[in-house]
Amino acid sequence: MNLLIRKFYYGDIPEEKGGGSYYQTEQDTTTWPLWEVFIRSKQGLDHKHVGSLHAADAQMAIENARDVYTRRMEGVSIWVVESKHITASNPEEAGELYEPAADKVYRHPTFYQLPDEVNYM
Amino acid sequence: MPVQDFEQLFQQKIDAEVKIEPKDWMPDAYRKTNIRQISQHAHSEIVGMLPEGNWITRAPSLKRKAILLAKVQDEAGHGLYLYSAAETLGMSRDEMINDLHSGKAKYSSIFNYPTLTWADIGAIGWLVDGAAIMNQVMLCRTSYGPYARAMVRICKEESFHQRQGFESLLVLSKGTPEQKAMCQDAINRWWWPALMMFGPKDSESTNSDQSMKWKIKRKSNDELRQNFVDMIAEQVKVLGMTLPDPALKWNEERKHYDFGEINWEEFWNVVKGNGPCNKQRLEARRKAHENGRWVREAAMAHAAKLAERRKQEAA
Ligand SMILES: [Fe+2]
Ligand SMILES: [Fe+2]
Repeated sequence: MNLLIRKFYYGDIPEEKGGGSYYQTEQDTTTWPLWEVFIRSKQGLDHKHVGSLHAADAQMAIENARDVYTRRMEGVSIWVVESKHITASNPEEAGELYEPAADKVYRHPTFYQLPDEVNYM
Repeated sequence: MPVQDFEQLFQQKIDAEVKIEPKDWMPDAYRKTNIRQISQHAHSEIVGMLPEGNWITRAPSLKRKAILLAKVQDEAGHGLYLYSAAETLGMSRDEMINDLHSGKAKYSSIFNYPTLTWADIGAIGWLVDGAAIMNQVMLCRTSYGPYARAMVRICKEESFHQRQGFESLLVLSKGTPEQKAMCQDAINRWWWPALMMFGPKDSESTNSDQSMKWKIKRKSNDELRQNFVDMIAEQVKVLGMTLPDPALKWNEERKHYDFGEINWEEFWNVVKGNGPCNKQRLEARRKAHENGRWVREAAMAHAAKLAERRKQEAA
């Protein structure tokens, strides 16, 4: 494919000063899938999402995650999961989704007024 | 709901300092600006490895070699954090890489300058990473969640970059007359390009207003540049060196340093691709990508074969 490329200037560089050039592009026949990376920073804590990366398979994803996300001993355990396997809630439905919890103040300890003698309870 | 209402709600969230996350509704232009800025930033980290990589094999001691290797490896990591942040906005990694290699996407012009002596490596850490840090500290509070989180990680790692650079210059500044001269020469060559890293003047910068309103950016180019000058003008005294600007002078009234005019013609020239190393940098990136193609393909083939074997063993 031979494309005319108009140059776009990024950040704060105004675009109207752009020029153009030709570049022969070649598509990769394979793209490594995307993986989400979760890291336990120390024994006793939860795994926490830290970002994502590309890798051919799970083993490579773990090795890459070691290099990308734990160069300064930030982790003692790594989970990887292919991004396509994650199902996320829809932010536009957040209202309805969380509404059932909104009117149940009695689920909180502060709802209960107790006499001073037992207030440490 | 009409689009205007969505836009209003969006702006209210921004004003209330609520971060925007990948699946949230956002104006098209917000998405585009972020893709552009984050991918440009990622490209800068990646291309930025080239001028320093040039000195890894020639660093003067094993200690300096190990430090430089660790720094360059960090920059690769920064590029990867940022590419994955940009991907959450719907642009694929391949498209971004392709835009870099075609010349459509930009990276910071600073990396189009050559690293001529060992002192350049110190000057880059101190001045170039120093300038980048000013920008990056601001971006830790940017409104797009994945970008802000990537920046927090990056900032934690950056301060080592600036400190090792300054320390390396400090050693030269106490060395032989030749070493001192090399130190001053590197500062002279990197000072102005480092100032250019903050971009055009506010009065020339067309995208700034909207970026400020959306809190993608939180400080103007001129503000950041002034902060940088104020910081470096003090630090250079510790080195016993000078900055190559006769107009540099403390202004008691403004409580800031005044400084001379940037050569904007040079700035635009380098942006347009006519800097000393533009061609060389892009060619190095394209070559690395093309030479790596068989590795990417082989890794996929190997992964498929392993998966197939596991399926057969299970059956
Ligand atoms: Fe970096
Ligand atoms: Fe850096």
